[in-house]
Amino acid sequence: MQPAYSVIFLTTATGTGYGLLALLGILRATGDLPDDRAFGVFALGLALALISAGLLASTAHLGRPERAWRALSQWRSSWLSREGVLAIIGYGPAALFAYGWLLLQQNDGIWAMAGWGAALLSVATVYSTSMIYRSLAAIPRWHHPLVPWNYLILALATGALWLNAVLAPFVSGHALLQAICFAALAAAWLLKIAYWRAIDSAVGDSTIASATGLESFGAVRPLDPPHVQDNYLLKEMGFAVARKHAEKLRRLTHLLAFLAPLVLIVLQAATSGQVSLMVAALAAVSVSIGVVLERWLFFAEAQHKVMLYYGADRI
Amino acid sequence: MTSLPSIPPAKRLGLVIDLDTCVGCHACAVSCKEWNTGGHVAPLPDTDPYGKDVDGVWLNRVHGFEAEADSSSNMAGRTVYFPRSCLHCEEAPCVTVCPTGASYKRGEDGIVLVDEDKCIGCKLCSWACPYGAREFDGDGGVMKKCTLCIDRIYNENLEPAERQPACVNACPARARHFGDFNDPDSDVSQLTAERGGVELLAEMGLKPTNRYLPPRSSATVGDGASLEDAADAGGFLGWIDRVLSR
Ligand code: SF4
Ligand code: SF4
Ligand code: SF4
Repeated sequence: MQPAYSVIFLTTATGTGYGLLALLGILRATGDLPDDRAFGVFALGLALALISAGLLASTAHLGRPERAWRALSQWRSSWLSREGVLAIIGYGPAALFAYGWLLLQQNDGIWAMAGWGAALLSVATVYSTSMIYRSLAAIPRWHHPLVPWNYLILALATGALWLNAVLAPFVSGHALLQAICFAALAAAWLLKIAYWRAIDSAVGDSTIASATGLESFGAVRPLDPPHVQDNYLLKEMGFAVARKHAEKLRRLTHLLAFLAPLVLIVLQAATSGQVSLMVAALAAVSVSIGVVLERWLFFAEAQHKVMLYYGADRI
Repeated sequence: MTSLPSIPPAKRLGLVIDLDTCVGCHACAVSCKEWNTGGHVAPLPDTDPYGKDVDGVWLNRVHGFEAEADSSSNMAGRTVYFPRSCLHCEEAPCVTVCPTGASYKRGEDGIVLVDEDKCIGCKLCSWACPYGAREFDGDGGVMKKCTLCIDRIYNENLEPAERQPACVNACPARARHFGDFNDPDSDVSQLTAERGGVELLAEMGLKPTNRYLPPRSSATVGDGASLEDAADAGGFLGWIDRVLSR
């Protein structure tokens, strides 16, 4: 599948934003984050900016952006619609939570509930995003049970690392948050390895013969193409990344999204002062670049069954 | 609603495409483009039509495949031409993924359509269709697909014989047939039953309405009697064989 930059930006930015918002909501409610207004403005501001920028970017790839509101109507059947509805509802508890924290300096009672509510809706929104892909049987590498877990845990990991970077100047050595960063990164890494193993060894159940109804013959091969230049289908679904490039990018993803941030988080716990701040920021930048690579590969490595009509043997 | 119709459609209109007789002339594709660029889903734009990067929206594409012989099924190898358009699936994933309700399946005849006034051009329906039956119109920013020529098949301004999809009318080899699959006496039902019409990508369970008739076995070519040993045949042939074998 063609990796569209607006969609890569949308899923990684909103993932990080919702991960961050969910952690803020929960850790404030449990009393594990300071009242500090400056920290609140930075952290909540970053979360909401990432979410809003991602959602705006998602309308950029529409053919008719001025009609985007129509996408809120089919929440009964469409995950894309559910994503939009949940994203908008999510601003409610998030605003209440921000009000309680930034203006009233409260984190209990209704303000704690607002935090939990924002967290819950964040998780639900990221899950809906992942289900847009998970529900497409025409693209087997997306139609995989690990895909929603992948999205959720990466959102948590990226959100946690950015929270860690923003919190570092205000609180030095937040052990609980560092533990969350470490655990989320490790879990996300294992999941990604499991996912790549699974898709590499999967054998497609559709063949060029089942796609054309020519199963009573021997081998079927394309002969005359239906058109002599790439059409919409080939441009959108025909994108394929060469194996050697994919392998290189996977190695880079291992390094930037997982290994380097894990090492840096440990390093941060072992250092203090300016060095510790720098290390925390570096970990956040590294994981974000890594996740953009991961998402690019998620698209570029996905094969669409329509390619059976254009030369693929089995998908 | 972009949910599928809750009760099965009364009629199940669709096409039967005969892979045995299709000659790959592209007449169906061209007439489809011609009719529909002025029909219900008009226009079907082309970009750079006379330049080096020709591209454009077509609702029907004709592929050519080479199918090898298979001894177990007694099929001889041959070239197969394969027109590909929307199959108007019963379990259409292109309908349920649509966030706006623009992509829908009609309750009365099962035809799958796009309401272009509602479409936001998110392309998700084209990702959901494994058959590649939807093409995006970059000019209008909306999705296009086969309409089963609803503006012909119900068109009272046309002669009754003309109330057929443009592609069916255009086919010089009569490889395309239109009708109601719910009616056991219709052409399409009869042909499907007689010739073992197949569902494409049946393993996906989308229950496409359109059926493809597989090529007939033509393994008899080259099976004629050979002249090897006619000595016992007697008569003139036997005499010649005996003389020449001496
Ligand atoms: S062929 Fe594709 S576009 Fe047509 S109904 Fe089936 S899934 Fe939808
Ligand atoms: S491109 Fe249009 S018809 Fe297709 S899913 Fe999006 S809004 Fe629906
Ligand atoms: S039924 Fe009409 S729209 Fe569909 S492929 Fe045939 S000519 Fe084109």
